[in-house]
Amino acid sequence: MTTATQTAATGNHLSTGAALLTLMKLRTFIALFAVIIFFSIFAPNFLSTANMILMSKHATQNAFLAIGMTFVIITGGIDLSVGSIVGLCGMIAGGLIMYGVALPLGYTVYFNVVEVAIIVAIVGIVIGAVNGLLITRLNVAPFIATLGTLYVARGMALLYSDGQTLPNLTGREDLGNQGFSYLGSGSILGLPVSVWILIVVALGAAYFARFVPLGRHIFAVGGNERASRMSGIRVNRVKMFVYMFSGFCAAIVGLVISSELMASHPATGTNLELNAIAAAVLGGTSMSGGRGTIGGTIIGAFVIGILSDGLVMMGVSSFWQMVIKGLVIIVAVVVDQAQRRLQQRVTLMQMAKAG
Amino acid sequence: MNATDDGDVILELKDITKAYSGIVALKKADLKLRRGAVNVLVGENGAGKSTMMRIIAGVERPTLGEIWMDGERIHLNSPADAVRHGIGIVFQELNLFGNLSVAENIFATREITRGLRGIDHKAQVEKANEFLNRLEAGISADTLAEDLPIGQQQLVEIARAVSLDTRILIMDEPTSALSAAEVDVLFRVIADLKARGVAIVYISHRLEELMRIGDYITVLKDGQITGHAMVKDIDTRWIVRSMIGSDAKDFAKQVEHEPGAEVFRTEDICLPRAQGGYAVDHVSIGVRKGEILGIYGLMGAGRSELFECIMGRHEHYTGKIFVEGEELKGRDTTRRIREGLSLIPEDRQREGLVQSMSIADNLSMASLSQFLKAGFHIDLKREKEAIANAIRNLSIKAKNPDLDVTSMSGGNQQKVVIGKALMTGPKVLLMDEPSRGIDVGAKADVFRTMRRLAGEGLAILFSTSDLEEVMALSDRIAVMSNGRLVMVVDRKDATEDMVISASAEGHKTKRMHA
Ligand SMILES: Nc1ncnc2c1ncn2[C@@H]1O[C@H](COP(=O)(O)OP(=O)(O)OP(=O)(O)O)[C@@H](O)[C@H]1O
Ligand SMILES: [Mg+2]
Repeated sequence: MTTATQTAATGNHLSTGAALLTLMKLRTFIALFAVIIFFSIFAPNFLSTANMILMSKHATQNAFLAIGMTFVIITGGIDLSVGSIVGLCGMIAGGLIMYGVALPLGYTVYFNVVEVAIIVAIVGIVIGAVNGLLITRLNVAPFIATLGTLYVARGMALLYSDGQTLPNLTGREDLGNQGFSYLGSGSILGLPVSVWILIVVALGAAYFARFVPLGRHIFAVGGNERASRMSGIRVNRVKMFVYMFSGFCAAIVGLVISSELMASHPATGTNLELNAIAAAVLGGTSMSGGRGTIGGTIIGAFVIGILSDGLVMMGVSSFWQMVIKGLVIIVAVVVDQAQRRLQQRVTLMQMAKAG
Repeated sequence: MNATDDGDVILELKDITKAYSGIVALKKADLKLRRGAVNVLVGENGAGKSTMMRIIAGVERPTLGEIWMDGERIHLNSPADAVRHGIGIVFQELNLFGNLSVAENIFATREITRGLRGIDHKAQVEKANEFLNRLEAGISADTLAEDLPIGQQQLVEIARAVSLDTRILIMDEPTSALSAAEVDVLFRVIADLKARGVAIVYISHRLEELMRIGDYITVLKDGQITGHAMVKDIDTRWIVRSMIGSDAKDFAKQVEHEPGAEVFRTEDICLPRAQGGYAVDHVSIGVRKGEILGIYGLMGAGRSELFECIMGRHEHYTGKIFVEGEELKGRDTTRRIREGLSLIPEDRQREGLVQSMSIADNLSMASLSQFLKAGFHIDLKREKEAIANAIRNLSIKAKNPDLDVTSMSGGNQQKVVIGKALMTGPKVLLMDEPSRGIDVGAKADVFRTMRRLAGEGLAILFSTSDLEEVMALSDRIAVMSNGRLVMVVDRKDATEDMVISASAEGHKTKRMHA
């Protein structure tokens, strides 16, 4: 008799447990829909096309940084310098357009917009390489190394213009460097250019993680560095790559923001590294390394982006915004842990019943 | 087998079922543990032995079933519960805090304190040394755990468990990294505990050990109990039959093919030890195409260190290494692998597996470059085929290769590490204790694979602490002792006595101290 009641109870637990589990697995998606539905009810104009485009632009900025951050975190590291790289790269882009590069003999060279973008991307990659070298060659802990470059890069951005904003980056027709605004304000088929770039970078990163040996090695290095080394993986090369890629992503964001505002401000990107980390974690990246997906990270970035913009539109004070954002991040991680426990329990019950 | 119910039962598992995602590890299993006896548990890799022990140790909870102790039903919800009931365990996979000293490891969670003045480190070290000396471990209690080789770490684990002074002591493959001499010492300690009435659970894949030490034997197969007997009534044939359902396949016999030209040679490999002397002491050795060279030695003989030098793991070794007559330059593992060397490391948890990845990803991680299209694109189909091949060839028990590698039993994890090395397609394969923790059937599989590969022209060096293994499998036998290569003989001319006495040569003086 006892057995009978027990089985019945087990059966009930099982179905609710399984349902709850499915919900939890889809939690990032659910969070995304939840914020969208919530704000479409409570924030006026939230669903208007103009607002959607604006929000996707903001979320895109987070997403770029978060993609780079995801790879870094999967290797077991962290990159705190991305926000500062955004600021510095923005300043360099602005400077190159406004002042060009002065050569010793009194000449000044101006670059066209494409060249400017390439130079700025290289600057981002080089700062990432500095992070990588500090971490791999000089054995500085990633947290400290990138904290150092955070300050250095921000300082350099401020020094570059003595703290001033570089306004009006329209370029001059006679110098052939017009059209900088395209990156931040242009659109193709109704979607902002920056969103298209994000799509390309995200698909590229996801492809890279699955189909390219170096991408696969990122996961191995984060899971067990020593075993990776014994398997012939060049651990240092993998680490160099992820920090350089993170720097590259930050450079794109620097370009996009300056282009959108048509001005470069040296404080741009402050605290963006924290948004990027939060997006990666919301998307299921494990801070202890070895696990994470690009898809999850992108959704995480959109959740955070939409949350911030929606709260602004609702007129919530910026102090409350911080509190809410923090709570959402904490809840996400708690749910993640709960999911793992529940998963075990549900399969246990299923199997025991079947066997 | 009727006479097995005498003896004094201390703990009983009744109808225990344990399910993991996708697999039922134990199905209505019963087990009785007897006081003052060695209760042996055997079964193939993945039979459920460790799972059962983790349940008794409170690490896992049974999905269904009851645990009774001294005639009362108990609930073991955490390892702390188990400790309160007097249950101690040596886990199959090592569980030490690498960043703490040996003494701190032994006394973790029950530190010796001096009131408000905190932990009495001196007393802990002294006490710990006492336990270690009982095991004749030759380890000083203030070394860091991570600096010890795996065999010594295993001894520390055993020392910790013994020091707990428990009523039930579980040892899950405690000797997998120990050699004959250490096993003898351990068995003396076990006999002593037995005399004091401790119930001991002993798990091992070395059947002759079970016959020597066991009193009662229980056989597990696919999560179910398939046999129970007193050890004095049975023989190893009985064990194998109840374990795998048929007689053991023989170890692969030597195939009569002449080895080819020398493909691999080391000259004067030396690795200085931090405490002075040499871990590897001027070792020069050559292996020919298609030849299997077995390196026998006791713990600390320098076999692992030799392999690590060959793979370029140590910065400061000296000497020369040749593959097919070309000297290898640099100290770079990646390059060594590309030049045709491959190592199966001794410590699968630290150096073999990436625990966060799936079985499939672990298998292919070292050989991704073989599946490339257009120089960078991994052809998933070819990768998958290669993985399926490896799983089949080594009979790895993996229902779904996309599951986490940690969901497999210890022996199957070992096979994954072997599979990974084979997938790199090496010319020279170094295997450091390849049969560690794999069952008799699987051992035969691995040995057959080694034979086949040798037949295909691979040169194999493998190390082992198992005399029978080295005699059965090698074309030539090398013996290392205390860093030196003391003997190399043809299998035809070797006798067990020769090998044993050679292996003690370098240790004679050292053993006197201990
Ligand atoms: N955490 C887990 N998740 C899923 N399956 C598991 C887990 N742990 C063990 N298993 C499965 O349970 C079964 C029994 O494993 P167990 O470790 O008890 O085997 P074992 O008898 O100790 O084998 P070995 O001799 O190889 O150590 C195996 O099929 C294994 O894959
Ligand atoms: Mg086991």
